[in-house]
Order: sequence, then structure tokens, then C-alpha cells
Amino acid sequence: MKRLQVLGPGCPKCKALAENTEAAAKALGIEYTLEKVTDIKEIMKLGVMMTPALVVDGQVKVVGKAPDVEAIKAFLA
Amino acid sequence: MDRNQLKRLAAYAAVFAGLFFLPVGSQRFRNSVLEALHLANWYAREHVLLCLVPAFFIAGAIGVFVSQASVMKYLGAKANKVLAYGVAAVSGSILAVCSCTVLPLFAGIWRMGAGLGPATAFLYSGPAINVLAIILTARILGLELGIARAVGAISFSVIIGLIMHLIYRKEELAKASGQLGMPKPEVSRPLTHNALFFFVMVGVLVFANWGAPNNWHFALSDGTEFRAAVTKAPEDASAPGAAYRVKLLEGPDQGKELNVEASRIAQKTPLSGTWTTIWRSKWLVTAGFAAAFSLILIFWFAVRWWKVVLAAIPPIVLALALPTGGLWVLIPFAAAVIGLSIILSTDKGEGGEWFSATWGFAKQILPLLFFGVLAAGFLLGRPDHEGLIPSRYVEMLVGDSPNRMLEMTGWGGGAFEGFARSIWPLWTNFFASVFGAFMYFATLTEVPILQGLIGAGMGKGPALALLLAGPALSLPSMLVIAGIMGIRKTVVYVSLVVVMATISGLLFGTFV
Repeated sequence: MKRLQVLGPGCPKCKALAENTEAAAKALGIEYTLEKVTDIKEIMKLGVMMTPALVVDGQVKVVGKAPDVEAIKAFLA
Repeated sequence: MDRNQLKRLAAYAAVFAGLFFLPVGSQRFRNSVLEALHLANWYAREHVLLCLVPAFFIAGAIGVFVSQASVMKYLGAKANKVLAYGVAAVSGSILAVCSCTVLPLFAGIWRMGAGLGPATAFLYSGPAINVLAIILTARILGLELGIARAVGAISFSVIIGLIMHLIYRKEELAKASGQLGMPKPEVSRPLTHNALFFFVMVGVLVFANWGAPNNWHFALSDGTEFRAAVTKAPEDASAPGAAYRVKLLEGPDQGKELNVEASRIAQKTPLSGTWTTIWRSKWLVTAGFAAAFSLILIFWFAVRWWKVVLAAIPPIVLALALPTGGLWVLIPFAAAVIGLSIILSTDKGEGGEWFSATWGFAKQILPLLFFGVLAAGFLLGRPDHEGLIPSRYVEMLVGDSPNRMLEMTGWGGGAFEGFARSIWPLWTNFFASVFGAFMYFATLTEVPILQGLIGAGMGKGPALALLLAGPALSLPSMLVIAGIMGIRKTVVYVSLVVVMATISGLLFGTFV
């Protein structure tokens, strides 16, 4: 089960990343939990300075942008 | 009735009450509504296509093509501290592409990166050195204010960052350890290529917007001729009663200002000089830059040459077929923009990313600017045309001299007048700074609002003070910053911004 975290205070790019991540996970058919982290201190604890960001199983995969569904699939594989 | 229905009822009641009490009988109200529309019309004709749209493309390009990872290198924990200030001061518009990334970045730079100093510099510079805002400021409020704003914003961030660092240097924050999540490096392109790319786009922007020269030779229908500098041109020279305000350049009345009705002018030609030469050939130069831009797209951005050629044909044909004066030039320009948009939006690689960043900016900013322009027009009108707020109130609070204030309060004469006159510049700049610091300005709306204020009599110094304190701070943002920095540091930060803005306004008003 993959633990997916989308980091960001909630602007349009952060929402886009969350949506694309969910779509990618569903398309791949994997089991996942999706968590949206909006608190800045939590975001910093994960070592991220630029939002939006995607963390998969504790590893930072995407920082600073919201890639499209295809690109995210590569990170989830 | 449940909550939602009650809310709907309340909304209907509010709209009804608004319409019922709408002062449509009042002449001032009617004028204000027209002023709002006039201002919006003027923006649409003069600034949106030639200035804003290219600026959006440039901002989008900055967001996508300037390597954020390489910028972040200078702001990390191991960075050279001196360099960090410089980078933080300038990189606001590069890094804070999404307005809500300013705060996480600030927190990150503070706790995990270069420290409180550079972090504060970045916090100020993010909203203050907004590329779009500076371009629009220079275009609408004048080159002087544009440059002063850019210079002021960059120097402020460094100075404020340094002072914050000095005040709080005894606090040694335990830096959070662990791997820093950095953005992946994008497609590499030699720095020179990137630089040329931006230079060419800026070239299009600058020359397409090259303003008319100031100094002209006037020949009136009654035979008189003279040379004068135009201090205020009418917006529509064909409207009845339209007049130019000019300042004579020579002769016994040199320096005198007078109004010249447009209808009396038989001919006016600009005086020769470098500026005039450039102005006469501005569209040729712009076309040259556009051609260079097309080549760059083909050779460095891997866009298919036939797409570029196809997109270039409509603008070229239109440019040759249509007259080049006035608003006609907008048609080929618009055709070029449409062509570029089609090429980029159908591109699967970098071009597509660039376009979506550009479109993102446009979506975010245009609605706000639209309402900001309407509100500014409604409340403040245009120069010489009052909106809802009579100009004398603006003059009373932030005008160039205290005369209006003394006149309206009746406190003239005696000790108070002497006192008021001596501290007047200090007072107006301070007032503008504080007002700007607390008031919220949506991105770019500070430009039409300042335009209205200046037209209503606000001095240049307070205008700069507002520009430097306004966009960077607002009451809501102060509360959020306090949540991250704590109230004390926030108070220090805000005070620093207000003080620096006041000083800059004072200097600008006195010396420029």
C-alpha cells in the first residue's frame, strides 16, 4: 500500500497536483492512501521548501510543480 | 427554512436594498460609473494587448525556464551568506510563482536554509518584485516610478533582511537536518541561450510600448508656431474640447504652461532626436525582435519550422495591409499572439508547459485587474475627471502641499500652519506607507489605484511609498506571517517596511 502525500497550503497548483496524483494512482490500479499536508511546519519537517510537492512512501518525488497524470504515474511505479 | 435558503434570501434582500438605494440621481454617481468604464476602456485599448499579454508570456517563461533548483542552491544552508541576500532580493518573482509558495519558502529558507536575513529579504521581495507589476508600473505610472519601484524593492529586501538578521543574530536556530527536497533540474539550455531568449522577448515588450516623444513642434491653424513639451496629452484627440497641456521650450515665455485645443492644431511633429528616431521606427524594431524570437523558437525550442511560418503569415499580411497608426497595429499584434498561443498550447514539451504557466498567470490576474480597474475608475476617476471621491480629499491627505488640508480644516494661520508645512512631506509619506502596509492590494491592482490617486493629486513621494509598502503587506498577510515568525518579529518587520517606504518616498519626492 503506497502512502501518498501532497504538500501545499492549498492554492490551485496544489489542488491540481492532488487531483492528478489521485487520477494516476487510480489509473495504475494500485492501493494507496492520499494525504494532503497543508501545515507549513509539517511540510518543512519533510524537508520540502517549495510547494506543491509529492511524497511517495516518505520519499520526495516532485517539488515545486504539478506534473500531469502520465508523469506522476512514473513516480508511483 | 434551512441555512442555505436563508442565505439565498439574505442575498436577494441585499441586492434589492443596494438597487433600491442606488443614488442614480446623483450626478457624481453617474460620472463615477462612466469613469469606471472609461478607465477600463483605456486599459483595454492601450495596455492589455501590447503590454500585459507579452508580460504574461515573459512571466510564464520565467516560471518555467529559469532553473529554480539552481536558484535554491544560493539560498540553502551551506550558501554564501552575502550572495544569499542578493539572490533572495531578486528571486522573488522566480521562486514564488504561486502566491502561496512565498510562505513555505520563507519558512524553509529561515529554518533549513540560509537563515532569517535572506528569508526576510525573500519574504519582502516576493510580492514586491513582481515582474508584471513593475512592467505595468513603468508603462502606466511612468518610467521614473517604475525604476524607482524596482530599485527600491530590491534594495529594501536586502536592507530589511540584513537588519532583521542583525537584530536577531543571537538566536541560533537549530537547523532541521535531513535531506532537502529540491526541485529536479529541468532541461538544460546554455545560459547564453536563455539570456538571449529573454532579451528578445523583453525587446518586443519594450519597443512595442515605446512612448511618443515629449517635445514637439506645433503649428496652429492661425499660423502661430512654437516648440513645447507635452506634459499631458488628451486621451482622445478627436473628442470635442480635447486639449494638450504643454510647456513652452523657448522664446520669451519659456517654461510657461498652457492648454492647446486639439482642434486648433494644424500640424504637430516631434522634434528630432534619438528618442524620436526610435519612436518612428518602433514597429520595425519590434518586428525585428519578433523575427529573432521565431528563430529561437525553431532552433532552440524544437518547434517545427512550418508551424512558426504558418503562424507568422497572418500577422505579416495584416501588418502590411493595414494602416500603422493608432489602434490598427493591435490587429496584427493580436494575430501574432494568437498564432504563438496555438503553437505553444499544442506543443507536448516545454512549449506546452510555458503556455500553461502563462495561461495560469492570466487566469489568476486578469479578473482581479478587471475589478481593480473598475473600482479605481469608479472611486478615483481619471486625471481631471473625478470619481466618487472628490480629489480634494486625496490632496488633503497626501497632496504635494498642505494648502488643501489647511483650507479644508480651517487650521491655517499661526503655529499649526508652520508646523504642518515643515513636516508635511514626512507626514504624507508616512501616511501613505502605513495605509499601504495595512491595505490589501490584489496583484497588479495597485497600478490603477495609484493612477487614480496620482491623478487626484497625490504627490510622487507618497506614491512611491505606497508602491513599496502596499503590495508586499496587508493586514491579512501580517496575521499569517505572525503565525510563522511570531508577533514580535512581525512587528519589527512591518515597522522596517514602513520606515523604509517613508524614507524612499521622502527622497524620491525631494530629489526626482
